[in-house]
Amino acid sequence: MEILVYGTVNSIIFALIALGFTLVYGVSRVPNFAHGSIYVLVGFLTWTFVNNLNMPYALAVLIALGVASFLGFLIYRIILIRLRGMATSEIISSFAVSLIILEGLRMQGIAGFKGFIGPFYVLKPFVDGKINLFGVFIDYQRLIIIGVGVGLVVLLSWFTHHTKTGLSLRAIAQDEQAAMMLGVNSDRMAMIAMSIGSALAGLAAVLILPLGSITAEVGYRVLIYALAVCIIGGLGSWGGAILASFVIGFAMKISTALFGALWESVVLVGTIILILLFKPSGLLGKQKELEERV
Amino acid sequence: MKATRRKKRLDRSIKVRCEGLYALSSWSEMAYLLAPRLLLILGLLLIPFFVDLYWQRVLCSAGIYALLALSFDFLAGYVGLVCLGGALFIGTGGYFAGLLNHYSHLPLFVTIPIATVAGAAFSTLVLIPCLRLRGIYFAIISFMLPLFAVYIIIALNVFGGTEGISALDTFPSIHLELYLILAAVLLALFAIRRLVNEDMGIILRGVKDNDQAVRASGISITAYKIRAVFIAALVGCFGGAYLSHLYGWLGISLFAMDFSILPIAATVMGGMGSLVGPVLGAFILTPMSEALRGFGQLRVVLYCFILIAFMVYKPEGIMNYLERKYHQFEKWEEV
Repeated sequence: MEILVYGTVNSIIFALIALGFTLVYGVSRVPNFAHGSIYVLVGFLTWTFVNNLNMPYALAVLIALGVASFLGFLIYRIILIRLRGMATSEIISSFAVSLIILEGLRMQGIAGFKGFIGPFYVLKPFVDGKINLFGVFIDYQRLIIIGVGVGLVVLLSWFTHHTKTGLSLRAIAQDEQAAMMLGVNSDRMAMIAMSIGSALAGLAAVLILPLGSITAEVGYRVLIYALAVCIIGGLGSWGGAILASFVIGFAMKISTALFGALWESVVLVGTIILILLFKPSGLLGKQKELEERV
Repeated sequence: MKATRRKKRLDRSIKVRCEGLYALSSWSEMAYLLAPRLLLILGLLLIPFFVDLYWQRVLCSAGIYALLALSFDFLAGYVGLVCLGGALFIGTGGYFAGLLNHYSHLPLFVTIPIATVAGAAFSTLVLIPCLRLRGIYFAIISFMLPLFAVYIIIALNVFGGTEGISALDTFPSIHLELYLILAAVLLALFAIRRLVNEDMGIILRGVKDNDQAVRASGISITAYKIRAVFIAALVGCFGGAYLSHLYGWLGISLFAMDFSILPIAATVMGGMGSLVGPVLGAFILTPMSEALRGFGQLRVVLYCFILIAFMVYKPEGIMNYLERKYHQFEKWEEV
């Protein structure tokens, strides 16, 4: 039972982390390697707003998310827009952005960041306390994660299927040329996707970070998790990403229960290599294997 | 009416005549072709005489980064595999050499060659499942591999675990270690330059540009990719094996992100696909980041800024720019 409950929580965490990444990649084919750094940055900003500026928690979160989506917009507008279509350059430059943010945060005494991000940077959960659920003790924060995660998936699928912006995003993802002929501005859509994707990364950060502490390493780990989920699920596929987060979430939980926590990452890489060997386009990837990947 | 002027660029005649095939007719033409190469070789070999011990050590690590940048450029520019995990090569090479030295007490002149070949074979084996991928997929996986290597070493607590193994053999003299790495850089540089112009290089470039066409010609792309990765891994693993003997120490920081990022920055700065450029870039960036050592993590931030600036504003890099200037006349003329 514990495995079931915590496995679900884990899976939803993975899904939350990966949603933003897969949105951006699915729409603009831009691998946003700055994903993990935005995640950490939002956590850090929220912490600073709450603790140094004494803002109310909700306001701090809102401002931090706003900053994140603006940053996503800027990254696209300044850097990525000049590199569209050159996969190598996109990866390298967005990864460089990520390093600038993470290592900049890690550093001491720059632009008012006091001290390095250490274990004392901990966001407090929205609601404290625990509840007994099917015989397993679970804290409210994890329940909120489940709720928000499910709600977000529903909201996003509504957004992409029933609003004009969402439909244009999907149009660009499916066939850029045709969408452009119908008057969808590809660069603007990519910018919107980057903003939403970054805000999603930030939202995931605000929800998940209270479970742990904010460190620069979290940024790299989040990036890896997002990539792992997207590779296993098939890059750019929504259903695949959610399925993959459940696969990874449960695989890691079960392996932790069986072998201990240190084996988590070994299981992760094992899963990825197995998937790549047997189904290179991922679980639900739509890429034709011959054209796109081999 | 104001006279408009434009810049006219013309290839030098020797460049036109000698593209690919050297048909030299005078000593001056010979000198024209030899000068840049000699400048590089002599420059690398003579610098050590003008700097003190500390900077000689820095040159050693610059050599390692140059090797990594070379292997990155070879894979990205000629095979189309963007390998963000240069640290994997350094790590495997370093661990092979260090473990051989620590457990079976082989001298370093034996461990380095063994580690180079065995480490390259091992990294190639690890990368084989990923070779079906290309573009960003391969980049992602290769970026994750060194990080996973670290996790696995910590999880299994083998090979010294988080603390690493110290007190390995070191080189008897600074001159030996310096000239070994410089010789290796020059050897790897000219060998790879030769290779990419041979038949195999043509096939590899075919794999990069249109792998289906290569396949249709009855050539196995995977076999060629494996060979290319092995060659790149040889270069990288030598750097790793050398590194663990340079400091007499091995540990998980051999898989550090630095070994993946700085070579890429050097390649972008020096000029992708020029092979000489990355070496040049490494020999510029490493001393620079060493001079900024006092700033701690700021140097990572700094070379990321350099990276982005070059990527966005000067994508051709230093070397391609210089090469163009060297081979062309330029003059302003009236339109």
